[in-house]
Amino acid sequence: MIQFTKLSLIIRREYLSRVTRKSFILATLLTPLAFALLFVIVCLIFQYQGDKSMKIAILDEGNMLNGAFKDDQNLYFKFETGSLEELIDQLPETDYNALVYLPTIEDLYSKRLTAYYYSDDQPSPDLEIKLRERIGQAVRDYKIDALQLERRQLEALETRIEVEPEPLTDKGEDATRFTSAVAASLGMGMGFIMYLTVFIYGVMVMRSVMEEKTNRIVEVMISSVRPFELMLGKIIGVGGVGLTQVAIWAILIPLIGGLAQLIFGIDANSPMLDTQASTFNPDDTQAMISLALTEIASINWWTVLPLFILYFLGGFFIYSALFAAVGSAMGDDTGEGQSLTIPITIPVILALYIMIAVIQSPNSNLAIWSSIFPLFSPIVMPARLAFGPPTWEIIVSLLVMLATAVFLVWLSGRIYRVGILMYGKKVKLKDIGKWLFFKD
Amino acid sequence: MEAVLKLENVVKRYSNHLAVDQVSFDVPPATLFGLLGPNGAGKTSLIRIVTAITRADAGHVYLNGKKLDGRHPQAIGYMPEERGLYKRMKVGDHLIYLARLRGLDKAFAREQIDYWLEKFEITDWWSKKVEELSKGMQQKIQFIATVMHKPKLLILDEPFSGLDPINTNLIKDEIHNLRNQGTSIIFSTHRMEQVEAICEEIVLINQGKNILQGKVTDIKNTFKKNQFEVNFTGTLPSDFTQQYSVISQSDSVVTIQLPQDADGMDVLRYLVHHQVHIRSFKEILPSLNDIFIRQVGESNTALPESF
Repeated sequence: MIQFTKLSLIIRREYLSRVTRKSFILATLLTPLAFALLFVIVCLIFQYQGDKSMKIAILDEGNMLNGAFKDDQNLYFKFETGSLEELIDQLPETDYNALVYLPTIEDLYSKRLTAYYYSDDQPSPDLEIKLRERIGQAVRDYKIDALQLERRQLEALETRIEVEPEPLTDKGEDATRFTSAVAASLGMGMGFIMYLTVFIYGVMVMRSVMEEKTNRIVEVMISSVRPFELMLGKIIGVGGVGLTQVAIWAILIPLIGGLAQLIFGIDANSPMLDTQASTFNPDDTQAMISLALTEIASINWWTVLPLFILYFLGGFFIYSALFAAVGSAMGDDTGEGQSLTIPITIPVILALYIMIAVIQSPNSNLAIWSSIFPLFSPIVMPARLAFGPPTWEIIVSLLVMLATAVFLVWLSGRIYRVGILMYGKKVKLKDIGKWLFFKD
Repeated sequence: MEAVLKLENVVKRYSNHLAVDQVSFDVPPATLFGLLGPNGAGKTSLIRIVTAITRADAGHVYLNGKKLDGRHPQAIGYMPEERGLYKRMKVGDHLIYLARLRGLDKAFAREQIDYWLEKFEITDWWSKKVEELSKGMQQKIQFIATVMHKPKLLILDEPFSGLDPINTNLIKDEIHNLRNQGTSIIFSTHRMEQVEAICEEIVLINQGKNILQGKVTDIKNTFKKNQFEVNFTGTLPSDFTQQYSVISQSDSVVTIQLPQDADGMDVLRYLVHHQVHIRSFKEILPSLNDIFIRQVGESNTALPESF
């Protein structure tokens, strides 16, 4: 029988000794900042244009480009006249890096035109894209004029198609075209958070069990409490630490995200973002953001969040119980026991990949079965929550997960009580199997 | 008086060997009791049964006349051989934590801890972290943790390992104090000189079996060989070596072996009669170490290897 006063004492110690540690406070506060920093760095890397400035001479034989080519950052154009041979000969003496030769277009109905790039170096992919875009746009304008077409009519041909989901009955939630995109990214985020937390806190439990064993405190402890109480107290205490940390992050990350957006908002007209802005209509971007926001708001958070916490607890109990059992079996030498963790890490990693696949088709058979299988469900099901899976699936998955968690905590308790008192022996998986059947 | 601890035919079997085989003994109240045996004899298995860490497969354990149930008995204080503390906890918090796990309320625990810290003159350790203490200092804290709930029975497994002579004496004194207050103390050790100096009763375990038990003085008398040592000045009577068989002799000390039924007093009378100046006269009793080695050796040859 579990003695609850002792259990609560153990939980209190396990919880308080961790959350008052400097390393915990630092990690909790700095991780969101680190993520924000990472995000900014990634943005900067993607906006990196190359630091070498290029000067490019253009020989436009048919004068299709109208002699006007806007310079870009680190990219300068100059139109030349004359014969191609002469220009090629002169090129090494000038400070131009390359010569682009655009022959006259023979057939206005041809869908193909080749521009020749004369240089000792290959054009970079980035440069190639820019040249293709600019020349393409200019040639298009040239063709419209040459064929005497009406510009407005041409524009009318381009129709943007949107698929708007509508429910069959009035009861169903009215989804917008953004529903699945928003659900997918939210689901991805939730699944990934589950994956990370299960790993981080599971390993935390394992480490702490090993530490107690190598410290030799464990034998002192179990002369006053049952091993099972000690293990359960540790799992619950560390679980509380995990919830605390995730809760703080849940508040801090949007806060820092908001701040970052404020800073970036001022930056929006900078030349760096110019290329991106040109492909989207600014009004469109604005509309998309507001739509996505209403979409996020329309998700039933009062159901999703408690379910998320339930899955967090279920997944945490299942995996940390297994990690505790492995920790108890490990000896003083941490290296030797690493192989014992493999049977636990494989399902966690599998679950992550299944989760990514499930996001693409949240109602597939894979999705349904993997969100019932208890070793996968804590990671897969939270990812599906934003898509609104059928209620019966959630209930079945929760029940199976709960039963598995209880069973695995009990099973790990049987391994733990033997493992923590074994010193100086190398333990194999087979031995752990035997421990299950030891009498008290 | 009723025994504090009573074991009746206790058996504990692990998957491939018999760790405790039909062991029975009593620990009387207010006794310093030695639980002896070579490595792997089953001492730790036995202690774990008594402290309710594991359960016996057969037999009974009675604590103060009551059968041991699955719960950890409050009346026992156990200091295991493999002992440690949470390194990052403060000494005071740690002791309070362990005390409350034993069922003490906070105020009483605090009172007891203060008493012991004062006694060891280490009150300023309260807010020190365990990792700041040396190994010997941690041993003192562990000793306090073992006794602070005033147990009727203390079980100390190799209590002096890692202690310097000063701290060893400090702990020894406290052990005697506790004994005089009525606590029974079980020592589990294979350091024979400590047992000899401290224990009043012993039980000797080998290969899971109880092979010898009783009061230390009785055991020594049982195993004595009727040898005497005389420390003298001057010269011995000329016919001394014919009268007695001499084991060893130097200028001032002679050791003799008497026949089984002979009385040492006769030798003394003989020497006094011959006007030998005697400084000391004593019977040589076997050391526990000798008895231990002899008994373990005998039981090993008598028993077939069981595993």
